[in-house]
Amino acid sequence: MSAAASTWSNPSLLEIRAVSKRFGEKEVLKTLSLNVAQGEFLTLLGESGSGKTTLLRLIAGFEQPTAGELWMSGQRLDTLPPHKRRVNTVFQQYALFPHLNVSENVAYGLRANNTPKSQIAERVQQALAMVRMSEYAVAKPTKLSGGQQQRIALARALVNRPQLLLLDEPLSALDANLRKEMQGELKSLQREVGITFLFVTHDQEEAMALSDRIALLKDGALEQIATPREIYAHPATAYTAQFIGQTNLLRATVRANIADCGEFKFPTNSPDGPALFSLRPEKIFAASGTPSYPDSTRFFADIRQQFYGGSTELLELLCSDGQVVRARINAAGPLSGRHEFFFFAQDAIPVKP
Amino acid sequence: MSATTNRRPLFLTIYSCLVFAFIYLPILVLVIYSFNRDGVGGFPPRHFTFDWYRQLTTDSALWNSVLNSLYVAAGAVFVSLTLGLLAALALDRADFPGKALFRRLVLLPLILPGIITGLSLLMFAVAAGLGRGLTAVFFGHGTALISVATTEIFAGLQKLDRRQEEASLDLGATPWRTFWLVTLPNLRLSLIAAGLLIFTLSMDEIAVTFFLIGSDNTLPQEIWGRLRRGITPEINAISTLILLVSIILITIWYRLRTRTQKSSL
Repeated sequence: MSAAASTWSNPSLLEIRAVSKRFGEKEVLKTLSLNVAQGEFLTLLGESGSGKTTLLRLIAGFEQPTAGELWMSGQRLDTLPPHKRRVNTVFQQYALFPHLNVSENVAYGLRANNTPKSQIAERVQQALAMVRMSEYAVAKPTKLSGGQQQRIALARALVNRPQLLLLDEPLSALDANLRKEMQGELKSLQREVGITFLFVTHDQEEAMALSDRIALLKDGALEQIATPREIYAHPATAYTAQFIGQTNLLRATVRANIADCGEFKFPTNSPDGPALFSLRPEKIFAASGTPSYPDSTRFFADIRQQFYGGSTELLELLCSDGQVVRARINAAGPLSGRHEFFFFAQDAIPVKP
Repeated sequence: MSATTNRRPLFLTIYSCLVFAFIYLPILVLVIYSFNRDGVGGFPPRHFTFDWYRQLTTDSALWNSVLNSLYVAAGAVFVSLTLGLLAALALDRADFPGKALFRRLVLLPLILPGIITGLSLLMFAVAAGLGRGLTAVFFGHGTALISVATTEIFAGLQKLDRRQEEASLDLGATPWRTFWLVTLPNLRLSLIAAGLLIFTLSMDEIAVTFFLIGSDNTLPQEIWGRLRRGITPEINAISTLILLVSIILITIWYRLRTRTQKSSL
């Protein structure tokens, strides 16, 4: 396991204790509790309206919680005004000051905190060098491209050496290629400065690629929090399984440690009664001539659709009982007709509905 | 189709020209006669001269009135911008009972007849022990023009990106510092535009001034006083200068307005 994976066992930097937020009749956050560990890259992932941006604004101090408390480094945070919090934000549309040039933008926080003049110039230079924007020091932000503005926004926030950096969908305004590039930079930047990042996004791929841990929000409540690998391999709920990556949800009835879902029967440890299983498409294999493994469940299905994806292809399989499942297999050329497939029982993960 | 829309009917062209002539011909005549040696009598004007402008330079009573007007206008700009900024901030940000009523009350002076504003301000000035005089006039103009300032600044505030203020607070600046370093600079163009408009409106205001003026005349009052003793081309000359300054100020105001609209995009 790498160093990154172990950061979340560090002591907590930020504790979100049973926080609720209402806007009039609408309950945007529902008694949410969450700890952010020192030095980790934690992503708040969720659809729009899941409350992730509201949570970020509560931590920054732009909104007040209706109930609950926020604590940072052993101090109550939610009673402090935003300018007294050692938290900085990278805004979605960057919110750079158009009337100030790049280095004035970056120096803004240092000036506000009465940093000695002699240090300001040096730290601004360092911050600009860190995001590779030194040659734009006197440019006006409106003259810069989206990616460049993004870098300035990062430098402006990081130059203050906050304990916690909040990033509100900072990459959503960039085009796909630039977004990938910035993801890489963001990740290495976080390692370099060692500051705790709390990152908001609705893009699950982005969350998987960047985070030490992902906190998945649904309707203002925490659905699951885990490392990307854990959350992908062991989703706790059907919602998580479907939101993070693609999956097949198998509806089964369990009796005496056997899950029966029509076409397939496989052993399970789940208790008797109705159950739901998540089976990732890449966990279904084409059987073509392979010997039967113990614990594997074999079935025949018609190939209904084939989506070519370069190294792999996604097959839409129609089972004889009418169920449709998807399988991701290594690219194998055009396929049609009836084929045999199999999966291993341990890959069917029981999930809560 | 395009043939009919492209061909303007002749009578419309003539009609438009007549309307413009009706509006601007008197002003043009005023300007022309300021350069006529034979004064306002005698048509058509025959001899070009700068004499009336030369006479202006030595007319101390007239220049005193110009100074009085500048004093009043500057004071009016200061009073109305300060109070207008506060009113606009309240309208934009605060939520309080009676806000709709407050908005209407602030904007009401815009449509009140000058005579009513003037009379009520006079009664107030007397009751408050301020009496008539230039100070009363500048407070009068200032309060009467708050509505203009409020409308302009409110429009500026609506275009302001609130995330910038949040960014400033987020970076550790106090709310007060944020106001000075982010909010005000962003309102700069709105403030200048409002100031110019108020300045021009105050410079040629006569109804409210009439009630509040003491022994020191403002420029419009001075001109009005002289007209009763007979018209002289000197008045044409000073009016031409006022016209010129007004056109310049309004042009700047208009430019700034379009620039704020563009920069908000």
